[in-house]
Amino acid sequence: MSIFKDKQYLRVNVDKVPDESLWMKCKACGELIFKRRVRENNNICPNCGEYFFLTVEERIEMLVDEDNFDNISKSIEADDPLEFVDRKSYQERVEQAQGVTGLPDAIVVGRTKINEVAVILGVMDFRFIGGSMGSVMGEQICHGMETAIADKCPFILVSSSGGARLQEGLFSLLQMAKTTAVRAKLADVGLPFISIMTYPTSGGVQASIASLGDIIIAERGAMIGFAGRRVIQHTIAQELPSNYQTDTFAFEHGAIDRVVKRDHMREELSTLLSFFAEVA
Amino acid sequence: MSDERTLDLLEAKIEELKQLNVMDGIDLSSEIAKLEKKLVELRRELYANLSDWERVKIARNPKRPYALDYIQTIFTGFYELHGDRMIGDDRALLTGLAQLNGQTVVIVAQQKGRSTEENKERFFGMARPQGYRKGVRAMKLAERFGFPVITFIDTPGAYPGVESEEANIGGAIAESLLTMSQLRTPILSVVIGEGGSGGALAIGVADRVLMLENAVYSVITPEGAAAILWKEKDKTKEAAAALNLTAEHLSELGLIDTVIPEPLGGAHKDFDQTVEALKASLVGFLNELRKIKLDKLLDARFKRYRSIGSYRELGVSEQEAYSEETAPSGDAPVEEAPDE
Repeated sequence: MSIFKDKQYLRVNVDKVPDESLWMKCKACGELIFKRRVRENNNICPNCGEYFFLTVEERIEMLVDEDNFDNISKSIEADDPLEFVDRKSYQERVEQAQGVTGLPDAIVVGRTKINEVAVILGVMDFRFIGGSMGSVMGEQICHGMETAIADKCPFILVSSSGGARLQEGLFSLLQMAKTTAVRAKLADVGLPFISIMTYPTSGGVQASIASLGDIIIAERGAMIGFAGRRVIQHTIAQELPSNYQTDTFAFEHGAIDRVVKRDHMREELSTLLSFFAEVA
Repeated sequence: MSDERTLDLLEAKIEELKQLNVMDGIDLSSEIAKLEKKLVELRRELYANLSDWERVKIARNPKRPYALDYIQTIFTGFYELHGDRMIGDDRALLTGLAQLNGQTVVIVAQQKGRSTEENKERFFGMARPQGYRKGVRAMKLAERFGFPVITFIDTPGAYPGVESEEANIGGAIAESLLTMSQLRTPILSVVIGEGGSGGALAIGVADRVLMLENAVYSVITPEGAAAILWKEKDKTKEAAAALNLTAEHLSELGLIDTVIPEPLGGAHKDFDQTVEALKASLVGFLNELRKIKLDKLLDARFKRYRSIGSYRELGVSEQEAYSEETAPSGDAPVEEAPDE
């Protein structure tokens, strides 16, 4: 095609995002995308459909009726029972995560409505030390379930967690037993608990409260499993299937009820809650 | 300072001298007595200054008694019950009926293997979903007949392989936690060696939690913590210390009920003495729990777990800051997730 010969084209360097406050690059398809459009699209890439993390606020906004969220979280923050220091002190890690997220810890619980149905909703934030469950998260989840019992309404938990908060040692591990004990009380009074697993739901959270929903729904793209890939490869050096611990893997093996797209989640919850209208 | 291996060598030498003493008729008894005294002193010194990492090594020592060793000596007539009624029979987690001082109990125990052959069968004490489901079945059986449950914890963790995930290991552990938190019969748990994370806690929700002196109980192995938090493999010693995983630390933190003393050098140095101490403790706690009415017992168990946690109130200025909608959105850096 001779007409293109020697023609000078303008070169655009797509590795560099022009204005980071307005534009971002999709980590999946590499397309430069306008941030506002991503936000309007529930943090899903408008080009390829890749899911990006949602903050607690974004997740809540996406799920509940407009301007209808009363944050009932206890005003508590992590203590440092073991005075834990690795490369950084635990205190420092907590302060840093608080700075990044604007949250006291990795979860918010609130009283809210989904399509007019009153529920207690708990939402985890993965950006806060991997959404890990320490004493604060354990307490907030219990507080959420106890409020649901007092209000006689369903409890919904959106998990996004790597597992137990290592820096709190056995205190964290025992939050698995603590949340489970309170979950039993919710069952005693016949109130539904809907567990939503998002990317990622693993370790101690997956092996306790998140797996104990009356109904378990995975958000599309969720990673669901107990032991992380590194642990498996380190311990038994086993070859892993390509869909290992994905939403489809969990679904095919019967660990969850349904897989739902992010933008359908509110509708899905609304439908689901309608079945429990008479009991809660 | 001397280490355990040097002391074992010294012990062997003393044995040799004793043999000589018998064979040759030369009187070495005063020498032997001196050496034995020295050995005890050295061992006491060694164990008084044991680091937490060295404690982990004792907890994992293959010479250490395993669950079946205790079951066969403390109880009579252990009658093993097999199978989860769904997938198969997990050999890393044993269940069965037995008698303790003439009373029937249900035992749920993690069992490691000593030889390669045994470990092939026992998966190094790492239970799979069918193991935890068998445990739940045995516990429900105990509840039905009012038998107390005694669990023996000794595992590096739940088996982390593909087949475990396929059969929903996380769900199986969660189900076991839920079963134990509601089980209407007394539960005693004793950590005899390694209490490895969720796989250990899965059979560790109890009215009383006991630990042998050299046992450890942790949210993650020191190796795992070193890799994830320090990002350096050789920081296991630091990680072991930071995790507060020894019986002594956990007792001080109020997370376990009692520490059962072991002979100098560990449970394997004098098995009979360890058995005696453990049996006395189990019998004592069981008698105590039997006197409590079931409703009260369940209530106390609930309160025990409901109250576990260490957190502090936010200051007033912080509360105000967090009540405003200040969170930035979307693309902030994400910390790496822990694996456990």
